[in-house]
This record gives sequence, C-alpha cells and structure tokens, in this order.
Amino acid sequence: MAEDKFDAIVVGAGPAGSACAYVLAKQGKSVLLLERGNTAGSKNVSGGRLYTYALELLEPDMYKRAPLQRKIVREQIMLLNERGATTIDYFNPAFGEMVPQSYSVVRAELDDWFAGEAESHGATVASGVLVDDLIEEKGKIVGIRSGTDEMRADTVVAADGVNSQLGQKAGLFSDVKANAVGLGVKETIELPDTLISARFGVKDDEGAARVAIGCTDGISGGAFLYTNKGSISIGIVFNLVQAAKQQRDVQEIFQDFKTHPAIQPLIEGGTSVEYGAHLVPELGYHGIPQRLHREGFMVVGDAAQFGINTGLIIRGMDLAIVSGLAAARAILKSTNPSETGELYIKQLEELLVIANERAYQNFHNIFELSRIFSGYPKLANDAMKFMFTVDGKVPKPMVKGLMEAVKKHASFGQLASDGWKAYRSL
Amino acid sequence: MTIKKLSPEELLSLDKFNVDEGHPHILVDKAICATCTARVCLVVCPARCYRLKDDQVNFDYAGCLECGTCRVICTEKGVTSWSYPRATFGVTFRCS
Repeated sequence: MAEDKFDAIVVGAGPAGSACAYVLAKQGKSVLLLERGNTAGSKNVSGGRLYTYALELLEPDMYKRAPLQRKIVREQIMLLNERGATTIDYFNPAFGEMVPQSYSVVRAELDDWFAGEAESHGATVASGVLVDDLIEEKGKIVGIRSGTDEMRADTVVAADGVNSQLGQKAGLFSDVKANAVGLGVKETIELPDTLISARFGVKDDEGAARVAIGCTDGISGGAFLYTNKGSISIGIVFNLVQAAKQQRDVQEIFQDFKTHPAIQPLIEGGTSVEYGAHLVPELGYHGIPQRLHREGFMVVGDAAQFGINTGLIIRGMDLAIVSGLAAARAILKSTNPSETGELYIKQLEELLVIANERAYQNFHNIFELSRIFSGYPKLANDAMKFMFTVDGKVPKPMVKGLMEAVKKHASFGQLASDGWKAYRSL
Repeated sequence: MTIKKLSPEELLSLDKFNVDEGHPHILVDKAICATCTARVCLVVCPARCYRLKDDQVNFDYAGCLECGTCRVICTEKGVTSWSYPRATFGVTFRCS
C-alpha cells in the first residue's frame, strides 16, 4: 500500500469522513478511508439524532437504506425540580411524513453502514488503523503515517473528531479550549419496543426526543433522551468549565437524573447495556477555527467544530455530513491543489453550513444565564404546583400566587436582565 | 432488571475494553498533580480514571472512554501527553 497514491485519504469513518469518501468514490476517485476503531462507529458516541436532510443532500432516498432507529415526531422539553417535572410535549405527525425530518440513531450501526456505503462505491476502507502523523513536503500535506506505514494522497481530509489532533499537527489551530466543548455522558438502556412506544405515545416506527433542564446541579447543561428501536439513549451534556468547578462527579449527577421520579418510570424494567462519554463542540459559529485548510489538507465535521446547540435543537452529525460533502465537492471541482481549500470554504457557504452556524451564532450566550439551569425550572414547577393544588383552603388570588412562585426564584430585576440578554442572544 | 443508580465501576463494566497493557495512551506527571490544588480531573473524568489515593492523584488509563476531557480541562498541564490508544485497543462501543 505504501507505493500507492490515492486521490484522497480520509481519516476517521464518522459521518463526515464517510460522507466525503462516499461522494468521492462514487465519482470515481481513489479514496482510502481510515478508521481507528475495529469497526466504524465503535469509538463514537452521540446523543442520537440525525437530521435527514443531510443524507438527502448526499443522495435522494439514501436514508431509506440507512439503519435508522425511529423517526422523531414528538419533541419534548422537560423542566425538573427535585422531584417534579413540567413537560412540554409537541407532537407533529408531519415531522414523520414524506422524508421524515429526523431519526434517532445508534452510531455503531449508522457509522458502520455509512463506511460500507463508501466501500461499495470503491473506497478502500481500513479499520483498526490509527493515524499518528501527517507527511509534509515542501509546505504541503502529502500523506499520513500510521506506525511505520506511510500512505500518500493528493488531499488528506481530517475527519478525526472533536479532539482533532491532525488539525493541530497541520498547524491549523491549537488544541480545543475547555470553554468550547461540552462533556456528554450517556447510557444505553435496552427496553422492549412495545414499552417504548406506549410510554412515549408513539407508533412503533416513530419516536420521541426529549431535552431536560434543572437536573445538572445548576451547571449549564441539559439532559437528553432519545427513543431507539429496542433501546433508549439517555444522558447529560455539561458545560465543562462549570462542571469542573463543583464538587460532585458528573456521573453521579447523571445517575440522579436517570433515577429522578419523573424519569425512572420511562426506563423502568430496562437493562443498562452501555456507558459512553464524548466531547461536543459547544460554541457554534464562534468555535469554528479561522483556518480549516492548507494545501493538501482539510478538516471536516467535529474536527472543524461544526455544531449547533440551541438547547432545543442539537446538531452535529448533519453538519458533519454536509461538510464532508463540501470537502468532496471541492476535491472534485479543483483543477489545482492550491485552490482546493478555498473551494471547500465556498462549498461550505453554498451548502449553507456557515449560514446555519451564523444564524445561531449568539445562542450559546443564553447558556450563561445560570437561572435557566436551576431557578427557572423550579419556578415553573412552583407555578404549576400553585395552579394545580386543591386542599380545601381558600386559594390565593391567581396573580398573587404566581408572583410568589416567581419571586422565590428570581427578582424582577433579574427577570428583566435575563429576558433582555436572552432577547439579544436570539 | 430494574433501573438503579450505577457506580462508576458498574457503568464501566457495561463496556468492552481491550487494555493495552504497558502502553498508556495518556501520560500524567504526578509531580505536577502534587502541586495542583484544583484537581478538577477528579470530578469531570466521566470514567473516574483519576482518583485520590493517600492525597495523591492516581491515574489509571484502563477504563478510559477516550473523550479528551482531562486533556482539555487540566489547567496545570499535568496531562503531559494525550493520544488515542493504539489500534484495536481501548474501548469498543457497540450500541451508542
């Protein structure tokens, strides 16, 4: 293999890498797709939702072949206090019609399938290969090193994830900063499909996605819950800097959430089968490095810190796929290696990756409003308690009772200030 | 089986590891950790690879989930070298 030279070497068979390799291979390019895990997906953890449009961009109807879990038709927001919960449940069957908007996914299955798709079009997929370094000649990246092996290509595409060491080795950016990532922890819990469908009020091919706040010890962050086929993914993403400043272990906070009286009945009777953790790009537009390419080299997906988190919408895999497509198109259009990088940026613009990131660019400021993660969920539950309590006593006037619930958790000055900051961020 | 709180050990026992004995993929300088007062690794490592033993920070890479948290959060540069385990070693996720 050492003598071969590929049109492209793609490092990392996650959604970004496989999308890139798939498009290139389909257009007849020689592609080597390298994966450090024994199989694609075996090193990957994500909450578990893929927005389908990204696969559609790659190839119409491709999603029909993919090992997707349940199409998400219920979007739920949960505000927790110590024992109670206020839940907003938005059901929209249209999200499941035509091309369903999003699906829950299990990465071990999805990524393995995706790499196989690239392989079926002629990409050489080699798993169990850890790339140690880049080969640089005359200021250009010309290949990679893995142990004593050297492999060469016109372009190296780094899809090596949020910790992207290749991007650092290429000198594009320095190591990711603690304030730029969230720490996600997750458990997969097996549960019969009939129970999942009944508990979440969905048909057997439909699913729910739930976010929850008020369960992080006041740390900026939130929990998630996705229904899969025969399992539920449950976890929390923490602001790393804040998590480091408190005393409790992150997995202890997570286990408290899992056994919260409003959560446990959803997963009761299930069997915990896996525990994982992963870093998540958190800053959105402002987290994207200034430089995403140099001659012979591009970074895609998490490695480029593409991510969007509005608190309700959490996107990573779709942006990864689209950025992989952008890199592939740049390689296909390029007539001169020195212009490929600029073409990649153009494609990111054209495919709206950058525009999407920009649209949400100030959202992360909301997560600095600490009351969102403790005070306001409590406030919501106290207000509900007031409105739903019947004990035979004369109730307080509605406005007075609600005001009391509000005042317990925030002053009017704080409310006004938080409201203004939130308005400015949105 | 009913759902209950799991300890870090129980959580990690769910996962499949192939430990690269004698080849730690993360190196920690104990001398630096000895002077560190923050010791945030103790609470944020999701695998609890960092533990206090006789008031010293002890690091064991065996249950590492390869997330990168320790490298990113350590302010004292106590994590002197961080990489992924050699190919075929480390954690293997089957249903995440």
